Amino acid sequence: MSDAPILDVRNLEKTFGLLVAAHDITVSVPAHQTVGVIGANGAGKTTFINMITGHLTPTKGSIRFEGADITGLPSRDIVRLGISRSFQVAQIFPTLTVFENMAVAAAIAQRKPGLFGNIATPVRSAATDAAADAAIDLFQIGRYRDVVASALPQGVRKLLDIAMAVAGAPRLLLLDEPTSGISIEEKFDLMNVVMAALKTRKITVLFVEHDMEIVATFADRVLAFYDGTVIADGTAHQTLDDPRVQELISGVRLKAGAHA
Amino acid sequence: MQSRASLFGGLALLIAAAAAAPFVPPWMLSLATIAFANALVVLGLVVLWRVGLVSFGQALYYCIGAYVVALSARWTGFTDAVALVLIGGIGAGVVAALIGFLLARYREIFFAMLSLALSMILYGVLVKTESLGSTDGFSVETPTFLGYRPHGAALGLTLYWLTLAVDAVAALAVGLYFRSVAGALAAPIRDNEIRVEFLGVSVTGIIHTKVIIAGILGGLGGALAAMSIGHVDPNMAYWTTSGGFVFVTVLAGSGYVAAAFIGSLAFEALRSFAYDVIPQFWQMTLGSALLLTILFLPDGLGSLVTRLKRRRAVKS
Amino acid sequence: MLTAFAILTDGLVYAAYLFIVAVGLTLIFGVMKILNVTHGSFYAFGAYGAATAVGIYSNADWPAAVGFLFMLALAMAIGLVMGLILERVLLRVVYGKDEVIIVLVTYATFLILEDVVVLIWGSQSYAAYQPMVAAGNIEIGELVLSNYDIVLVALAASVAALAYWSLKYTRYGRLLTTVIYDRETAAAFGINVTLVFTVTFVIGAMLGALGGAVMAPKISVTLGIGVEVIVLAFAVVAIGGMGSIEGALVGALIVGICRAAAVHLVPQVELFVIYGVMALVLVVRPYGLFVRAQPRKI
Repeated sequence: MSDAPILDVRNLEKTFGLLVAAHDITVSVPAHQTVGVIGANGAGKTTFINMITGHLTPTKGSIRFEGADITGLPSRDIVRLGISRSFQVAQIFPTLTVFENMAVAAAIAQRKPGLFGNIATPVRSAATDAAADAAIDLFQIGRYRDVVASALPQGVRKLLDIAMAVAGAPRLLLLDEPTSGISIEEKFDLMNVVMAALKTRKITVLFVEHDMEIVATFADRVLAFYDGTVIADGTAHQTLDDPRVQELISGVRLKAGAHA
Repeated sequence: MQSRASLFGGLALLIAAAAAAPFVPPWMLSLATIAFANALVVLGLVVLWRVGLVSFGQALYYCIGAYVVALSARWTGFTDAVALVLIGGIGAGVVAALIGFLLARYREIFFAMLSLALSMILYGVLVKTESLGSTDGFSVETPTFLGYRPHGAALGLTLYWLTLAVDAVAALAVGLYFRSVAGALAAPIRDNEIRVEFLGVSVTGIIHTKVIIAGILGGLGGALAAMSIGHVDPNMAYWTTSGGFVFVTVLAGSGYVAAAFIGSLAFEALRSFAYDVIPQFWQMTLGSALLLTILFLPDGLGSLVTRLKRRRAVKS
Repeated sequence: MLTAFAILTDGLVYAAYLFIVAVGLTLIFGVMKILNVTHGSFYAFGAYGAATAVGIYSNADWPAAVGFLFMLALAMAIGLVMGLILERVLLRVVYGKDEVIIVLVTYATFLILEDVVVLIWGSQSYAAYQPMVAAGNIEIGELVLSNYDIVLVALAASVAALAYWSLKYTRYGRLLTTVIYDRETAAAFGINVTLVFTVTFVIGAMLGALGGAVMAPKISVTLGIGVEVIVLAFAVVAIGGMGSIEGALVGALIVGICRAAAVHLVPQVELFVIYGVMALVLVVRPYGLFVRAQPRKI
């Protein structure tokens, strides 16, 4: 593991015509630090993630991953380099079963990228099947192994989405609202499973969340977004107790179950 | 999905089809040859259908394959069938590779329309080319087979067996492709392209590959058809020709490779029957058959087989 | 100079014809997201109906203008009935299915209707040139223009103006625009989307039939005219953008002028030009000239 921060973002900006979705974002994340990202809708959090994962190209600024410049690269190249993401709305394959979903992800992870690798590698093999089952166990969704994905409850969909995202052994994982759509009782269970799994795989995590309790519980460090830029950056308690953050994002004072 | 059982089943069908040939009247053999040639185009469409794309322009490659054969004989006197089929397939494949850069970026209706437009461009060019006989086209010289020059019934048989051989190789190759990562990603891409892209795969690249495969198969089919029909004309690139191939694809479904061949045979038989018995209503017959298939058997004839299998599995 | 003028006038006339045919298609696609291959049948039935109408009024010896209007009216009535029957009987069954499946259904219907034409009118060709002859010509310098063509252009312009005005200023037009933008939201606001679909399809059918009717005097009404026109209409709609009336107008003009230029200058590329332009436009603007790209999905 090099000394370079796993993620180094400098002066990042994204405009759509006249709309400035994100500006002046400078963040450096060391490996294995769990970062929480909070902010109201439209504050630029998803734009930030989309730029890091290559879905959007920044208008200005740079993004470095483990020292290498990845600014503007397409998503598939960034994924191959070791950054992966999950989605606010779980992106899974609805007509396939949970196992088949994972098997696809495992097969893709185990092949050599490129035309030849795609055609020459059989999609099913003992190795990929084993990897798929291992992932299903790690994320504790074995109960649903043979259920078609369109029939899954929301929590399992989210877990499947995340499980697929880590099939390729990424070193950095970005979670976009991992607990959105999950009932309050189940949020903590989900995050416990996810964080334990990611720790086992030694993956650095950056997650966007609206639930302040979740953020306080699981994040080492919290970034607060407002109006397209980062207005607070510190430990969970530093950021969450920051009066500006409380005024603009989380509400008056941090209470149990506070939401932004 | 290709399994050992279906591999043996396909082989058995193939041998039966080859062995039956000498006992079948020449007009029927000719019909079967054309059907099995067209089946290659359909197989290409199946490759695309599995990833959720319908091309209304496969006639482009069909026509390229056909004209490669016809022009080669006309301009250079070269008539070797085996070589010409390969050249036809490769030629069409090259065109598909070039077109694919553009086409692979499109989906759904736009993919269908752009492929249609491209095939109509070829049609337009051919119709206005006097030296190629414009709408009348021109005839194809009798093919030879690595030095062997058959006539009459022997010619029909040889051409038929060559078509079956090409079919067998194509079916095997496509079956293997379906088991590879690229082939198996069809359903996931159709389900959720973004997810596939974010797993590190170039979706455009995969679709480009499929366009090329479909193009090669179209060219092979056109080359064989041209030799069997003995004539080429611009109509081979017309959108209704593409429509016919799509028809068979719907009829066959995308589940089994063999369905493309059986479906194509059924279609030619139906069309022949309709032409002979009710010539004023053959379009109505086809249209009704297509409609009924779409409404009641949307996954094609192949899905009947799947249903039978499931029922057997439940019983046992 | 004369050639340039000839290209312009020919182009305009061809564009007028294309627009009338294509506008119904783009309307149906915009509102219902259906690429309706059966549109070719509406055109064919309109043309054959017009031929029949011309036969009727020629024998009855009506004045040309009345006869012309009768011809248009009959064609549109045919379109109305066909559109109504098809929408209620057939399309209802396939709403909600995959776009491509619906295209195949309309294609199958088109094939069936091609033979229905033979059932009704037989396989011989019909001539319906009387309105064209009756209208006469005018001469502008060295150029001879058919008055019928001028009427055609005027008709197309009227249809365009009517379409534009009703979409913007009538209540129904604005309902339609809402449904084009987002069917679900429109339904959530209480708009009777089912009714909108039926009315739209019927209007589209009538416009298609109208296209066939106005062209009947200029062509030989024979088997297969639907087949040719459908793919031309697609090209126009693809260029302009599916669901856009302005797009259909601009697309028709582009195709019309390009084709006229080809016919006069380089006849060999006449057919190539139309589809070449379509391919070119789709490369640069995949959704056509007047339709915006899709919004972000994740």
